[in-house]
Amino acid sequence: MSTPYAKLPAWADYGLIPLINLFVAFVVAGFVVLLVGENPFRAAVILVEGAFGKGTGIAFTLFYATTFIFTGLSVAVAAHCSLFNIGTEGQAYLAGLGIAVVCLSFDSVLPWWLLFPLAILASAAVGALWALIPAYLQAKRGSHIVITTIMFNFIAASIMVYLLVGVLKPAGSQAPQTRNFLGGAELPKLNWIIELFGAKIRSAPLNICFLLALIMAFLVWVLIWRTKLGYEMRTYGHSPKAARYAGISETRIIITAMMISGALAGMMALNPTMGDQHNVAIDFVSGAGFVGIAVALMGRLHPIGIVLAAILFGMLYQGGAELAFEMPAISRDMIVIIQGLVILFAGALEHMFRPYIQSLFASFSPGAVGMEAVKGKGA
Amino acid sequence: MDIFNAIIQTLDSTIRLSVPLLLACLAGLYSERAGIFDIGLEGKMLVGAFAGAAAAAVFHSAFIGLGMAILISVAFAMVHGFASITHRGNQIVSGVAINFIAAGSTIILGQAWFQQGGRTPALGAGERFSPITLPGAEAVKDVPILGQIYSELLSGHSALVYLAFLMVPFTWWVLFRTRFGLRLRAVGENPAAVDTAGISVAWLRYRALICTGILTGVAGAYLSMAQNGGFVKDMTAGKGYIALAALIFAKWKPVNAMFACLLFGFLDALSIRLQGTPLPIIGKVPVQFMQALPYILTVILLAGFIGKAIPPRAGGVPYVKER
Repeated sequence: MSTPYAKLPAWADYGLIPLINLFVAFVVAGFVVLLVGENPFRAAVILVEGAFGKGTGIAFTLFYATTFIFTGLSVAVAAHCSLFNIGTEGQAYLAGLGIAVVCLSFDSVLPWWLLFPLAILASAAVGALWALIPAYLQAKRGSHIVITTIMFNFIAASIMVYLLVGVLKPAGSQAPQTRNFLGGAELPKLNWIIELFGAKIRSAPLNICFLLALIMAFLVWVLIWRTKLGYEMRTYGHSPKAARYAGISETRIIITAMMISGALAGMMALNPTMGDQHNVAIDFVSGAGFVGIAVALMGRLHPIGIVLAAILFGMLYQGGAELAFEMPAISRDMIVIIQGLVILFAGALEHMFRPYIQSLFASFSPGAVGMEAVKGKGA
Repeated sequence: MDIFNAIIQTLDSTIRLSVPLLLACLAGLYSERAGIFDIGLEGKMLVGAFAGAAAAAVFHSAFIGLGMAILISVAFAMVHGFASITHRGNQIVSGVAINFIAAGSTIILGQAWFQQGGRTPALGAGERFSPITLPGAEAVKDVPILGQIYSELLSGHSALVYLAFLMVPFTWWVLFRTRFGLRLRAVGENPAAVDTAGISVAWLRYRALICTGILTGVAGAYLSMAQNGGFVKDMTAGKGYIALAALIFAKWKPVNAMFACLLFGFLDALSIRLQGTPLPIIGKVPVQFMQALPYILTVILLAGFIGKAIPPRAGGVPYVKER
């Protein structure tokens, strides 16, 4: 076991192992359902039917997925550079401020197709700047990025509460949120795409941000695997020493990666604010930044995996709402447990089942998993 | 005497507010000194608070509650250990996972078992830790200043408060005057050396995490069974992260940890007290600013602007035994 993790075929590495981890997470979640006194199999059926059974369900699933694609990509970009960005939540939250400024200023003047690009820029810029400070502190002063980004989440939350309770709240209103955006800041819905397939949709907030998310997923793929910058990020992530030796500037790569990550996190804010609520309200991110961690881990830091994992989590959110409705004993917080279990098994216990799968593969064909080569080296 | 009374009251609530931070901070101290980052303090405190209040409500005993809080909290610490020691998983990912599982399961189980919207039933006398009046506190109550300090500031806290402050010298003694403590600190600095000496790195780290679990369990029990009379969902409200900040502020030392927690508790008490009152010179300080202050201070400290915080060297790195 001196080289503990010999190579598996790619499909096993990127498909089988995540699926096994996911399966185990769901089995454990099933035990929690049992503990509550409900039938886990019925719960699973309700969950899946709630998410995919009707057109409205599918639209809601994709709406949630949109949010998680952004936060998942955000976590993944930083992770490729071996930076663990826990601050996605705060970056997305503060980006709401950029959107609020743009929308509140121009929503009566500009049509959506002019306002949307402006809002994209504003949200991405605020997110990137909020990530810049921890990145700078990590690169220049050696403060641990995980700790600073956690602290920055709380600072962002305080700033937003202060602004939404005071400055941004319209006079005479009680709710801690901005005034509702006018028509110019309402993004077009995409529900007609699902209706093309014959499904009926009553009302669901699936909007054009979904397409933006897919474009961003593609751009992240290009960035990471097809550009010099991406190569440098991966080199630094793999071995900071090697990167330094190759003349890659540590400061530049850390700051660039974190700012891209922050910008992606910031864009997440577009979906709930302009796409659904049409205002910026307190706590509108509601944990999506942390879901991004699970999504990025589940998707193995690859944009395709992230899109699939985001849809899975979108399904959990939408199906979870149905589940809470059908089984009063189980509230939506069940999703939080499942999320935690996915993070635990797909992230922290990622390698738990690998040795068993390797020996299973080795018993079929030793050459395929490189076991012979490893043994040869050891002798 | 009005100002004096106000100061006493603020300091009194400072003590109450620092206790959960202090217990969680010392908990983090054991684990991080042993080389295991623990951002799951929040989650462990939360399950401790829930298990304590739930068991106390069911068995009508504060001590069964405390025991259950510790037991469940240690169990969660062991999950963290299983992932990050045995399977060498990412410690931060594991900590995040624990916070999620704790947040979700306390609400789900609370709702399923007690049907009060995720709360546990209100705890009556005997089911919670009630204030203890120190000997002579009543007698000296009317003595100006000193009497008030004794009877109002020092007396009248629950047993867990005194326990928390006793844990400070105890932790110092364990870490710096016992063989276990020496090894625990060594395993956080240089696990390979400990391994070479023939001591199991994994077992040592597991024991450190057991200490962490015990202390977060007590911290949780304090929240739900002493400070409040029952569990309310998400009642830790970020205290685990503040404790983490305090730990960095204290540069991973027990006595400093106490002062850091008292400082953060004081800021909290002050922000409650100053709500809406303008200060001389500065004017009205937003509550949110006071609440964010511990985090801002920690970031400034981490950036090295007010001294340098150097974590244990092997922190966050899983130990791979040479074979």
